[in-house]
Amino acid sequence: MKKIEAVIRPEKLEPVREALADLGIRGMTVSEVSGRGKQMGITLQWRAGEYRVEFLPKVKIEVVVVEEDVARAISTITRKAKTGERGDGKIFIIPVENAVRISSGDQGEDAV
Amino acid sequence: MIDTGDTAWLLISAALVLLMTPGLALFYGGMVRQKNVLSTFMMSFALLGIIGVLWLLYGYSLSFGPDVGGVIGDFKFAGLMNVGQEPSDTYATTVPHLAFMVFQCMFAIITVALWSGGIVERMKFSSFLLLAILWFTFIYCPIAHWVWGSGGWLATWGILDFAGGLVVHVNAGMSALALAFLVGRRKGFKEGEPMEPHNIPMVVLGMGLLWFGWFGFNAGSALTSGGLAASAFVATFASGAAGGVTWMLLAWRDRRPSALGVATGAIAGLAAVTPAAGFVHPIVGVLIGIGASVIGYYCILWRTKRSIDESLDVWAVHGMGGIWGTLMAGVFASAAIYGGTDGLIWGGADVFLKQLAGVVVIGAYAFGGTWVLGKLVQLMMGIRVPADEEVVGLDISQHGERAYGGILP
Repeated sequence: MKKIEAVIRPEKLEPVREALADLGIRGMTVSEVSGRGKQMGITLQWRAGEYRVEFLPKVKIEVVVVEEDVARAISTITRKAKTGERGDGKIFIIPVENAVRISSGDQGEDAV
Repeated sequence: MIDTGDTAWLLISAALVLLMTPGLALFYGGMVRQKNVLSTFMMSFALLGIIGVLWLLYGYSLSFGPDVGGVIGDFKFAGLMNVGQEPSDTYATTVPHLAFMVFQCMFAIITVALWSGGIVERMKFSSFLLLAILWFTFIYCPIAHWVWGSGGWLATWGILDFAGGLVVHVNAGMSALALAFLVGRRKGFKEGEPMEPHNIPMVVLGMGLLWFGWFGFNAGSALTSGGLAASAFVATFASGAAGGVTWMLLAWRDRRPSALGVATGAIAGLAAVTPAAGFVHPIVGVLIGIGASVIGYYCILWRTKRSIDESLDVWAVHGMGGIWGTLMAGVFASAAIYGGTDGLIWGGADVFLKQLAGVVVIGAYAFGGTWVLGKLVQLMMGIRVPADEEVVGLDISQHGERAYGGILP
């Protein structure tokens, strides 16, 4: 099992969610986060003049998948979240030791 | 002789002006960072109580009591002695004296709250309250007496200030500037740390309430409910509208038509028309609004470039707007609108020069006097919160609250 953490553009959440659902990956945790990478910050307007905000709004998707789904999930997210510009975000893949479904007590891949 | 129409209008106007202080809290509160919104609110709301009570106890008497030497009122009206249901024989003689007194009370409250915009996010609350009381007593009440009190030296001299361009806006604006210098910049301001407005819809809503209340402020200052009130009402509307659209266009030219820009421009126009509202033809309000926004916009750019942290631009918007409007009253005042006074364009050059002198006198007294009072408070009890409390935010460090809860519920 792997956990896939993808930090993406907020407007790409819906296309990514749909495409993952088509693969049969329905469960996920989503959070609104702020971050920065090569895109750096953004310049906004004050009453007169400007100021700089160093972090931009992004969405983080966390999804745990079984080994055989990892490659497909990553390629799907990459395809659906990409614009080709700076600021598209990043995907991190983390090994998962175990998973437990709270309602039934199922463990391991059955719980994912 | 009491006129019921006048009385009804003045009582409603008093309530409208009261609503401006909560409006100001929203207007200012939205512009500060999330960690300081309650502290900014408190700098308006606490004054509703404190200045309100002090006004009844002695403020009204110092401002509008029988004149002593042209500089201050005596204590004849202290604790509302001799202020009753019958009209005053001097002020607003068609309404109960109490109605005039309470209408003026609302002006005192919001004027003190106004200058808090210069020192938000860093001034210690206890010091703020002490300074507010001193400032009310030694700056607001004397100036109100000079300009509006019967026998006040500037009133006798013929200075025009319909609803408080000098007493409220120049006064608060110059005081805010003095305090910004005295209290110093917010931590990180000069280093370019973002001081992001945390809730612009709150700012715009506050502007809406201020604008609504401003009709009581300016049209109420006619002290009657006839044609003069209507004239001041329309002039006020014209200036707010022209100010808002002008600021929007300036921002658009430089970048984008921002909501914060429209809100700021409307307030600049409303502040500027205040001294002139009942003296000039209502259409002049458009010119006053346009000028106020152009002046305010460039004053903000200038003070930002100079790293002056007069944080919410009380000086640029109210102070400079008030100066502009006071001078425009001297240019466009018309005897046809308000009996007896013709401005520069009708040949009244002396009226214009008196307005100019009024601006200098009130501006200097407010700036200098406020600096001295602020220094006194600083020496007695300090004026800033400690650096670590400033970082945490004044909501938690000064008030033990936070505006927006974190993890549910």
